[in-house]
Amino acid sequence: MANIAITDVRKSYAKTEVVHGVNLEITSGEFVVILGPSGCGKSTLLRMIAGLESITSGHIAIAGRVVNDLEPHERGCAMVFQNYALYPHMTVAENIGYGLKVAGMARAERAAKVAAVAASVGLTDYLDRRPGQLSGGQRQRVAMARAIVRAPAVFLFDEPLSNLDAKLRVQMRHEIRRIHNHIGATSVFVTHDQAEGMTLADRLVVMNKGVIEQVGTPEQIYHHPASVYVGGFIGSPAMNFLSGQVSARARAVVLADGALIDISAPLAMAHDGVLTQIGLRPEALGVVPAGKGTFDAVFDFAEELGPARLYHFQVEDLMLSVLSADKPGLEKGKPAGIRITPDAVHLFAAETGKRLVARGVMMEKELA
Amino acid sequence: MIERTPLLNIATHLILAFGLIMLLLPMYLVVVAASHSLQDVISVPPNLLPGDQLWVNLQEAWAKGHLGQRFVTTFIVAIGVMTGKVVLSCITAFGIVFFDHRLKMPIFWAIFITLMLPLEVRIVPTYAVAANAFLPFQTLLDLSGITWLVNAASGVQIKLEWNLLNSYAGLIMPLVATATGTFLYRQFFLTIPEELVEAAKMDGAGPLRFLWDVLIPLSRTNIAALATIMFVYAWNQYLWPLLVVTDQSYAMIAVELSRLVPKFSATGGEVPKWHIAMAGTVIVMGPPIVVVVFMQRWFVRGLINTDK
Amino acid sequence: MRRAYFKNNWVAALMVAPQLIIVFTFFYFPTSQALYWAFTLEQPWGGGNTWVGFDNFTAILSDSLYWASIWVSVVYAVGSTALAVGMALLLAIFADRQLAGYKLYKIGLIWPYAIAAPAVGLAFRFIFTPGAGLMMFVNQMFPHLWNPVDNGNQAMAMVIIAGAWKQVAYNFIFFLAGLQSIPRALIEAGAMDGARVLRRMRDIQLPLLAPTFFFVLVINITDSFTDSFGIVDTMTAGGPSRATNIMVYKIFNDGFQGLDYSGAAAQSIILMILVIALTFVQFRYIERKVHYT
Repeated sequence: MANIAITDVRKSYAKTEVVHGVNLEITSGEFVVILGPSGCGKSTLLRMIAGLESITSGHIAIAGRVVNDLEPHERGCAMVFQNYALYPHMTVAENIGYGLKVAGMARAERAAKVAAVAASVGLTDYLDRRPGQLSGGQRQRVAMARAIVRAPAVFLFDEPLSNLDAKLRVQMRHEIRRIHNHIGATSVFVTHDQAEGMTLADRLVVMNKGVIEQVGTPEQIYHHPASVYVGGFIGSPAMNFLSGQVSARARAVVLADGALIDISAPLAMAHDGVLTQIGLRPEALGVVPAGKGTFDAVFDFAEELGPARLYHFQVEDLMLSVLSADKPGLEKGKPAGIRITPDAVHLFAAETGKRLVARGVMMEKELA
Repeated sequence: MIERTPLLNIATHLILAFGLIMLLLPMYLVVVAASHSLQDVISVPPNLLPGDQLWVNLQEAWAKGHLGQRFVTTFIVAIGVMTGKVVLSCITAFGIVFFDHRLKMPIFWAIFITLMLPLEVRIVPTYAVAANAFLPFQTLLDLSGITWLVNAASGVQIKLEWNLLNSYAGLIMPLVATATGTFLYRQFFLTIPEELVEAAKMDGAGPLRFLWDVLIPLSRTNIAALATIMFVYAWNQYLWPLLVVTDQSYAMIAVELSRLVPKFSATGGEVPKWHIAMAGTVIVMGPPIVVVVFMQRWFVRGLINTDK
Repeated sequence: MRRAYFKNNWVAALMVAPQLIIVFTFFYFPTSQALYWAFTLEQPWGGGNTWVGFDNFTAILSDSLYWASIWVSVVYAVGSTALAVGMALLLAIFADRQLAGYKLYKIGLIWPYAIAAPAVGLAFRFIFTPGAGLMMFVNQMFPHLWNPVDNGNQAMAMVIIAGAWKQVAYNFIFFLAGLQSIPRALIEAGAMDGARVLRRMRDIQLPLLAPTFFFVLVINITDSFTDSFGIVDTMTAGGPSRATNIMVYKIFNDGFQGLDYSGAAAQSIILMILVIALTFVQFRYIERKVHYT
């Protein structure tokens, strides 16, 4: 168990900076997920914690000790790699026990530890096999066992589930969370899959282009996205965005066609005249007869999802989707009314993409 | 990685530098020797610094060994082998991979077996064939009784003869007769996605069009790799040209090199003109080294793909 | 199995024909000719060959000079292979660390492959000749120490060094490529597990390099039987007193200088069998060792 303090960390390759001044505090025993698209710097950050990449400036401290100059194995971290990185010429037992062997542990003690960990991940029957003879899910478990057996203070996961099929992925998610709870180590998990992030995290760190966009619990991030980017990245089906201008007099945001979306008075007063991006989640919208809703939109087509349908509309020249279990009679090309659930409007400044808050303060990011 | 291993790094550099010196030293000595007069070359203790006779010696080696003409001959042969191998292997591999017939595997194995026995192992009989390239066909005709038949029917005695000794064909063809290139192409062709072939068929392209318009452009890197190795290989040929060529106008450069120095003799004999010999060595080494250094990437790739 | 084929089999025939013809003319036919000559003896006054069965083979195998040349070839094979493979492995595994100067080391260690065998032979003959600078200097300090003209063992050492020198570059290329095909994540996992550089070399890199190692080993041995002609011919011409009379050289001598075609053919057959056996060993052994995946 150890806390991790990342202070103003930057990473450059030659002249190109890829991680720009990241600050993050991870409490001991927490399960933190770093979420973001390819190239956002999340893996680089993870590897800097592990010691596989050097830190260009800033420092990282684990359990209060600055680790910038420490070698990977001196940091008390264990890592599960994306492609598992199992030693193909060693058996499962030897793979799991390798770190212990290097540390000089006696054979009997090693065997006992390996057996115990293998049992906890259900690999007891496979100890004498080679990685080449295992399935994807089994290899994944060997990779995890290898990390667990060293009883690390920090667990690092580098997109470990990307190579598994959908069903196995969900299964392994539960496994990973269960092991984390059981062992109680601090876990840092990197992924580009927002559903994975939402289900696994105690806290979520959303990264984009080398900076942290927002830190918070999954619920906070889902219901109070700090920027257009976070709002659009989290949640499926994705958030809709319309453009409008705040009007304090109308106590609303005015759409291009004149329709009004009501917002709270303090908010309207604080940002009168500001051009905004309005974030509306599909599940917060409903379909009503034309003219009866907050504004009108022209129906295009519907996708059948099973428990509900995703209706696609056109507003101005943008697409809008509504998730609804109702079955309104809709005709292509004909307008219908869009009803917005109260308090489901997210306002972001069009210029900066940042969330607009009452009292005129632009919220940047939350540090827990 | 963060690892700080100063001692190990020093050791690494020492080992690599040692290796480099071991490999470069002999050639350095060669160049040094090529730049001195005979006097200085055989002097004791040895001269380790270059002298000023380099250009003079190079010229003398060039003239004495007729290296100018040998350069041309060797160049022609090297280009010939290179082109022959590249083209032949390509179409052969094409015929094996993109068609389906019962003979496919036997043909593949027949060519593959040639990998096992390089030219040096079969010099004697191959020489006989070079003396008369039609010998195989003559033998076939004889054995099958056709010669006898034709003779009995029309009184004409079939005697085919095509002497390849002392000719470019004799130098080039036997060197082209192994499977190295075919293997390379075959491995590469097997990685071409089948959808490509199917798309070509849909577009109405026949096999030859496919070869020309699709396969060959895709094979550019492999072609470069194979060409590089083959050029160097042919340039450096020694044994085969030694046997096949007595007419000096067809002499190849590596063979010429050995003439610059009298044969090893247990009785001692005359003092060899080392400075000229070393100058000649420098000249002979030149082109392949240039090729390898500048085409290094292709050369390495070619080696790995042909032998594995 | 490929599914997508072209239908036109005549085109296929046309495509493979040229190579097949050349291979037949210059490979299969000569090989069968060699067999023919090996089992027959040319009549002294013309008139074809007579069948003599295994006589030629028995003659050769009871010739102590032949066994001497086999011994010489084996010594050369083992010596040059050990030297070339060992050196190349050492250099490759340290070059793979990709420290500063990597590109330079790489080019510097690869280019010797481009040099022709006779050029190598000549260069080393010069360096080792007792009649000129370097070795004469050594001989002045330790009188009569070095004289490959007389001393067969020294001549052999000289030839082995030259042969190994030429092969190191080739081996280096293969070892380096083999090392670079090991996924980097494995090295990183090793580092996370606490293994430092030398330990990783021992536990991870070398075992995973094993297939390449065996491949290179066998290629070296096979090549040493065939590639060595250029070096021997320019350095020692098989001497002194046949101390470096490797099998290929003996065949060349007997066939082209001595005009003993039958004998040379029989020797060729034996050499062919030897080389084929070695190649077979390579294929079987590699098959077994290679696949961890």
